[in-house]
Amino acid sequence: MKILVCITHVPDTTSRINFVDNNTKFDTSGVQFIIGPYDDYALARAVELKETQGATVTVLNVGLAESEPTLRKALAIGADDAIRVNAEPTDSFFVASQIAEHAKGFDLVLMGRESIDFNGGVVHAMVAEMLGVPAVSPVMKLDIEGTTVKMAKEIEGGKEYVEASLPLVAGCQEPIAEWKIPNMRGIMSARTKPLKVVEPKAADGNAKTLTFELPPPKGAVQMISADQVDELVKRLKGEAKVI
Amino acid sequence: MKTLVLLEHADGKIKHTSLEAVAYAKAMGGDVTALVLGTIDAGAIGEAGKYGASKILHASDQKLDHPIIQVFSSVVIQAMQQEGASNFVLANSSLGSPVAAKVAVRTGAAFASNVVELPATGSGFTVKRSIYTGKAFAKVELKSDKKVIAIKKNAAELKEVGSAVAPTPFSPSLDTKDFNTKILSTEKATTAVSLPEANIVVSGGRGMKGPEHWKMLEELASTLGAATGCSKPVSDMGWRPHHEHVGQTGVKVAPQLYIAIGISGAIQHLAGVNSSKCIVVINKDADAPFFKAADYGIVGDAFDVVPKLTNALKAAK
Repeated sequence: MKILVCITHVPDTTSRINFVDNNTKFDTSGVQFIIGPYDDYALARAVELKETQGATVTVLNVGLAESEPTLRKALAIGADDAIRVNAEPTDSFFVASQIAEHAKGFDLVLMGRESIDFNGGVVHAMVAEMLGVPAVSPVMKLDIEGTTVKMAKEIEGGKEYVEASLPLVAGCQEPIAEWKIPNMRGIMSARTKPLKVVEPKAADGNAKTLTFELPPPKGAVQMISADQVDELVKRLKGEAKVI
Repeated sequence: MKTLVLLEHADGKIKHTSLEAVAYAKAMGGDVTALVLGTIDAGAIGEAGKYGASKILHASDQKLDHPIIQVFSSVVIQAMQQEGASNFVLANSSLGSPVAAKVAVRTGAAFASNVVELPATGSGFTVKRSIYTGKAFAKVELKSDKKVIAIKKNAAELKEVGSAVAPTPFSPSLDTKDFNTKILSTEKATTAVSLPEANIVVSGGRGMKGPEHWKMLEELASTLGAATGCSKPVSDMGWRPHHEHVGQTGVKVAPQLYIAIGISGAIQHLAGVNSSKCIVVINKDADAPFFKAADYGIVGDAFDVVPKLTNALKAAK
């Protein structure tokens, strides 16, 4: 079985978010980049399937040269080879088009349910549309029996148990698998595993990001004593007007 | 200009966030047609008319009761064609966003999700999106004639601009090939308030010391008509179900009021709550980082403060 795992190269959750160049670019100074946490779930499940059922795992990222360390980390976690589509991941349609271009021939395409930088949450659906296969997201549990995939999907307030046939695209989240930490052997072998760089195919989704902005700064907290709970209720009603 | 809006429903009612989508579409200008799929009482659908829909299509075929995104996107496209709608608007959700994305790909429409306010149409058509999990915004220009927009909760204000409308039956053709996913069963918590839709959330963390103490939070939630949530460690330990986990890799909530009890305020948790209008933090530890992100804070023992708060709220009703 051939599994394609699509990963994003994103600022870690604790990063300060700032923009430069007249608010047209993300300020990368001092920022640590990681594999998107949702993609980590997808990658972990893929490596588990490789270990239990035998599969090859290819990891793909749409990004510039700076995302290669993130691809190497995915190789260290257990992917067999990597593909970097040499382009900035400008929008969901563009990224989905690149993935679809390389996804033919794979039985299963896994990715995080959304990337934590742009939170579009739709690349899985767009890729599936382009490939003409089922898309399921967010997937909390995924098991393969022959060519049938049995999944637990999270819905508002609960879960839905679904099944579909391979090939398909799944957007993953917890608790589909435990995040894997690369071990020494993994890190060493990652250096020599193949990482292919390809040029992007032209794809325009007609949605162009012009500028970025930060939210207005939050005011200071108002501390209320534990024996003046009535005061809190009064302020929530009269001042904040939320009850 | 005509806009089609998909109305999601649960437990016999149209979801509040779908009504916000109607209001959003109405404020965009032009006519709004709403679309409902599956079994639901005709009487429950009409209120979309109050918020701006001049027509409501109801595709009541039972086959549409279990949402399959391929099927829903095909029905939406047929409805858009029938109505001559150039825009499709709906609320962000695990169903809505992928349906919207598929419609965008199939019709060549420009697409934006997590949109937080009405579009700016001064020069071109631009929408503001929430990004970096609520820590920033992006201004995105949608450049095609057809536009698909998935809105975040609170993107539009609900204003009564019309009256209830009786639904019109709609019978789209359903292609068996679209039923590419089989739904085996559904497990839904029988809670009154859905977390992503909630206007008030009462959330507990490790400071609650164990699942057996949650009754106190449930009582507070019930007094406020609130949904209950929790931090990641609490759901990882199995004290509370996964769908209550609020955070970077859990539910992102956007309530008017978020009350955090016994939660220290790790950045991963804050990523799930930063769209809250007002945050109240109750924690024994005065150094808990959550106080820095709060609007109101009480340093105290949750087991003492929470029952007092519940009583004070009951008295103030």
